[in-house]
Amino acid sequence: MLDTSEGYVTEDGRKIGGVVMEMKNITLRFGGVVAIKDISFDVREGEIRAIIGPNGAGKSSMLNVISGFYNPQEGEVWYKGQRRPHMKPYQVARQGIARTFQNIALFEGMTVLDNVMTGRIRQMQAGLLSQAIWKGKAEREEVENREAVEKIIDFLEIQSIRKTPVGRLPYGLKKRVELARALAAEPSILLLDEPMAGMNVEEKEDMSRFVLDVNDEFGTTIVLIEHDMGVVMDLSDRVVVMDYGKKIGDGTPDEVRKNQDVIDAYLGVAHD
Amino acid sequence: MFYREAGDFKSSYVEDGQTFPIRFDRYRYYAVLLVGFAVVPFLINDYWVNAVFLPFLIYSIAAIGLNILVGYCGQVSLGTGGFMAVGAYACYKLMTAFEGINVFFHVILSGGITAAVCVLFGLPSLRIKGFYLAVATLAAQFFLVWLFNRVPWFYNYSASGQISAPERTLFGIPVTGAETAPWAAYLFCLVFCVASAIIARNLTRGMAGRKWMAIRDMDIAAEIIGVNPLKAKLSAFAISGFFVGISGALFFSVYLGAVEVGEAFGINKSFLVLFMVIIGGLGSIFGSFAGAAFLVLLPVLLKNVLVGTLGWPTDLAAHLEFIIVGAMIVVFLIAEPHGLAQLWRVAKEKLRLWPFPH
Repeated sequence: MLDTSEGYVTEDGRKIGGVVMEMKNITLRFGGVVAIKDISFDVREGEIRAIIGPNGAGKSSMLNVISGFYNPQEGEVWYKGQRRPHMKPYQVARQGIARTFQNIALFEGMTVLDNVMTGRIRQMQAGLLSQAIWKGKAEREEVENREAVEKIIDFLEIQSIRKTPVGRLPYGLKKRVELARALAAEPSILLLDEPMAGMNVEEKEDMSRFVLDVNDEFGTTIVLIEHDMGVVMDLSDRVVVMDYGKKIGDGTPDEVRKNQDVIDAYLGVAHD
Repeated sequence: MFYREAGDFKSSYVEDGQTFPIRFDRYRYYAVLLVGFAVVPFLINDYWVNAVFLPFLIYSIAAIGLNILVGYCGQVSLGTGGFMAVGAYACYKLMTAFEGINVFFHVILSGGITAAVCVLFGLPSLRIKGFYLAVATLAAQFFLVWLFNRVPWFYNYSASGQISAPERTLFGIPVTGAETAPWAAYLFCLVFCVASAIIARNLTRGMAGRKWMAIRDMDIAAEIIGVNPLKAKLSAFAISGFFVGISGALFFSVYLGAVEVGEAFGINKSFLVLFMVIIGGLGSIFGSFAGAAFLVLLPVLLKNVLVGTLGWPTDLAAHLEFIIVGAMIVVFLIAEPHGLAQLWRVAKEKLRLWPFPH
């Protein structure tokens, strides 16, 4: 087992720092259904952490717990060395946790640019009065943040669709715009819920490259859920495996691949 | 031919973010403002002001207000008439209680008071959406009209139960009351209308507008990327209420002069303004003007054609007017559900490529 107590250096030479987020004994129930049962794991600064598991394993619920959309009945979320109290999703977002969604959740009536600008909500604090007269702080903020947003638009290569309403875009581009919106927040942790679902091989390759580049250039910590095993094993530094709401494996891709419980969960096991 | 983006390069984000990015559009806007402020006041008479310009300007302000709530923030409201009544009665109380203060500030303050009332009735929006919210705001409509009818303090215990605007002046020129010159009333309303449009445009192109639209398009996603739904929804109610209140105050003090609440601010008014917003185009400032123009001018036009040109009896024409306007609304909404603003947008797209569309 990889020793991760002090951080570590990956095979390709990236330095992984200390623990930035830790989930301690999380249990989430919906009525009688236990979606997540007593799961603990940590996320280290700068790493790409994957959560995998068969359908219905509770992966998305886990992401929803991290982003504050669900509140677990038991367990604690520790973020940057502090226990996180009960929070509304928008408060969690303002702490620097951004996410994308499994089914794209863009604002269809707005242009790509406006969608990405909305991601800068944390950085834009001008009051209503200043915005109403469009002078002073509001105008200054608008320009500064536009510059930051343009960098992300360049980075994700969506310059040409800047002013297109999102509703008109094809699926693959929408996924990219959603990533841009999450990145615009300059998050310390980026949660990606199946960023490659429903994509063809080329689009998957593009998206994988973007995920790696984001991690490399901005040093963003990434937690991702993905079904494509090839992608997960190539991208991630460490993997959590869930099945029926329980954690059945945790470690580097190689360790997880050899784990008997994981093999059983994915391939099935004879009950006789 | 002149409607071109080519050659009109933007070298800063300020230029790129302006309201009219195309040069032709910008000059047309200045031209409209110039005509509105410097030419129209010299040409108009009593009939034009009272039949066309005042209702158009005042309903435009109300439509801008409602458009912010319905078109930008996606919260349905059927309480516009009631909120206009709040503006009117606030203006009346302020005008009679604080004679020393200029009527200009009375109108703005009435907007502020309406904003507060609107926020109060907007509180249910935090829990309910769509049709259910519409019903909740409908309750506001009936409650407010009832309140202004039943509590004599609001109409200063007058015997008729009506409120009537006392004469007030701005720079020594009367803008309310019987002595008002048509051009003075027109200019007074025009200033409010232009200011409202500019403020609304600034708010909707900035972060406030993005938050509202985010709530409209997908409220859960909006909350997860950091929009506080409570603040976003209530600020939309407040801004909307502010504009609707101003329009109510002007409707009472400048346009009608004397008001009986059930008649002037009944449920009909709520629907009229909502129709303006829907026909004009949801989520468009231009659409608010277009919708107001459509519903104010069309009846006037029909009346002139039917009675003036064709010489039909007035009562027959009045009934036919309802039928024709109603039919046109239905036809129009089937043909272009996104309203006049969308027609305008399509026309602009075509113009941009004209005369070589390929």
